[in-house]
Amino acid sequence: MRVMAQVAMVMNLDKCIGCHTCSVTCKQTWTNRDGVEYVWFNNVETKPGVGYPKRYEDQDRWHGGWQLDGRGRLKLRAGGRIKRLLNLFSNPDLPTLDDYYEPATYDYDTLINAPAGPHTPVIRPKSAITGRDMAITWGANWEDDLGGAPEHAPADPNLAAMAEKVAMEFDKTFMFHLPRICEHCLNPACVAACPSGAMYKREEDGIVLVDQERCRGWRMCVSSCPYKKVYVNHKTGKAEKCTFCFPRIEAGQPTVCAETCVGRLRYLGLILYDADAVLDAARVTDPRDLLEAQRRVFLDPEDPAVIAAARAGGISEDWIEAARRSPIYRLAMRYRVALPLHPEYRTLPMVWYIPPLSPVLDAVTGVGADADDPDNVFHAITDLRIPLEYLASLFSAGDTEVVAGVLMKLSAMRAYMRARTIDGTVATDLLESAGMTAADMEDMYRLLAIAKYDERYVVPAAHREDAAALSAQAGGCSLDGDGGPGMSDFHPTGVTGRRGDGRLGLKLFVGKGGQA
Amino acid sequence: MNVALWVVVPYIALTVFVVGHVWRWRVDQFGWTTRTTQVLESRLLRLGSPLFHLGAFAAIGGHVLGLLVPKSWTAAVGIDEHLYHLVSVVAGTVAGLMVVAGLALLLARRFTSPRVRRTTTRADKVLFAVLAVVILLGMSATIGANLLGGGYDYRATIAVWFRGVLTLHPDPALMADVPLVFQLHALSAWLLAAIWPFTRLVHVWSAPVAYLWRPYVVYRRRVPLS
Repeated sequence: MRVMAQVAMVMNLDKCIGCHTCSVTCKQTWTNRDGVEYVWFNNVETKPGVGYPKRYEDQDRWHGGWQLDGRGRLKLRAGGRIKRLLNLFSNPDLPTLDDYYEPATYDYDTLINAPAGPHTPVIRPKSAITGRDMAITWGANWEDDLGGAPEHAPADPNLAAMAEKVAMEFDKTFMFHLPRICEHCLNPACVAACPSGAMYKREEDGIVLVDQERCRGWRMCVSSCPYKKVYVNHKTGKAEKCTFCFPRIEAGQPTVCAETCVGRLRYLGLILYDADAVLDAARVTDPRDLLEAQRRVFLDPEDPAVIAAARAGGISEDWIEAARRSPIYRLAMRYRVALPLHPEYRTLPMVWYIPPLSPVLDAVTGVGADADDPDNVFHAITDLRIPLEYLASLFSAGDTEVVAGVLMKLSAMRAYMRARTIDGTVATDLLESAGMTAADMEDMYRLLAIAKYDERYVVPAAHREDAAALSAQAGGCSLDGDGGPGMSDFHPTGVTGRRGDGRLGLKLFVGKGGQA
Repeated sequence: MNVALWVVVPYIALTVFVVGHVWRWRVDQFGWTTRTTQVLESRLLRLGSPLFHLGAFAAIGGHVLGLLVPKSWTAAVGIDEHLYHLVSVVAGTVAGLMVVAGLALLLARRFTSPRVRRTTTRADKVLFAVLAVVILLGMSATIGANLLGGGYDYRATIAVWFRGVLTLHPDPALMADVPLVFQLHALSAWLLAAIWPFTRLVHVWSAPVAYLWRPYVVYRRRVPLS
């Protein structure tokens, strides 16, 4: 057993109202620059829908993630090492800008500088890439709240995976929002595909990063990530991805997306896992066993043997303590209501989701029944195939029993707490059907419904004694420019300059880049 | 004049090539990249880029064979002048046509795709111009002199001079009577070598061969173990 710690996230989808605050604050923090105009480290998709980039879940097309070869060994779906190196000159699996969307801006100056006249001046959309006039025809969440869904949503790969063809009557069917960031997988396909070895998983906290100094722009990570959460910066020619806000995590703060989440639906915490068990878990034969296989990789932070092994592996006491208080471990392992997104990609993702009960409740209300009556809801969970199969295709490799079990538990929790609050009765039958004790049920309710900041985000800071090493690694200080007080190395005036993205480089290679 | 063209120019170019690379490696790791634009345009790249790169590999291999391997060595393994000429002209023409076609497609892409055009830097423009000149001169030497013309035995002059430059015994007299098109090709190639370290061509040195035997998942410590 080799114990490693990983910062992980769980999102409670029932609470997501699709406000995109996470996306906007993330973009302001990380991708508000030339070259990454089209990039959303955090995006929110409406489901059913094609997603961002379009149909990214269709791995028959994009060849992302892992698969088993004939002898049961793990292999990147894009092919073996030699095949992928031969594709270096032209990557057949790479999405183009049109699969994401062409970012637009407006010539706002027109509003201010237009000469006086009888008409109000108007502004036209301009491509943020080329600066030319353009028509805006797609975006990162074009089908927001199912807008245009009858036209586009049938292309959702999850619907194609469902057993029976679903006639999409979108005014009568269900909808929910799916916020997505990098999964910081235990078995990351992007890291495995990087020809330069520039991508790596941090041993201390499991965060997956791109070393910008070592990336050579081979773009294999972009196509190999099945979640399409690594992007090309078209100005620098290098890969960029969600950093899990590591500077904040190191300081013991939650990520920006979690901090600013209006619905307070995100949870952050540590998972202790056995690094030696990762590969075996990723190569179980049946994709439906991947969820349980991944759960077996996670270690119980209360187990004395685990704690001893963690100490032996150099994990500090405050981190072990944080792992014991981790909301992630509780949701994924103790209450077992959190599920990974697309476990069948075999990357062992570490951002998990509590599937939404709302599609079921919507359906119950849709047929005129009372969604407050738990019997109706239980019936619906077992009878309603459409939302259940859809959720199973997202969260359990198509195993509807797993999703149904979670929804039953969430539904039982509501009914139990209603009885508890209104009548003061303890509904033991509900506890039995959920397989939980009264204390567990109430703890889960507290964590899901009213948990405060400190309970939702249990992030231990990086160690102070490491601070000097950390700042030495940070590189490019903003004062390290021409004539700046930090100017230390060989930076002759006129040859080096500041790039559009603020980093120091040779002027010769600083392209004109985007419009802004 | 001969000394200036065939001794001074090569050594200036080689010095810039070496010093330039060391300097760029040290100050500009962040700029050391292929500068991929496939995300912006992939239709023309799909054909053009493999043509150009594979053609370039073949052409580089041919130059190594023609310039670095002495005539006596090939003769020693039983390759006579006629056979060598035949193979080099045929393979050289095929490789050259691939490079020309690939470069033409990639340049067309630069001009016709507004997205790609926008990301083109000054260094790119200089590079594409020099590269085009080198390749076209090389093609006219191969096709004009060796395929259609009577053939020119560059292994008796240019190759000997080139090895002399590398071994620090340059003999400019060898180049004096070489046909003009070969002379121009050689000079333009020195220019290419001189601008090389300041362009995206540096990605050549990062060809990810080590990937073939590296473990899949890379772990790195945030703080090195003390």
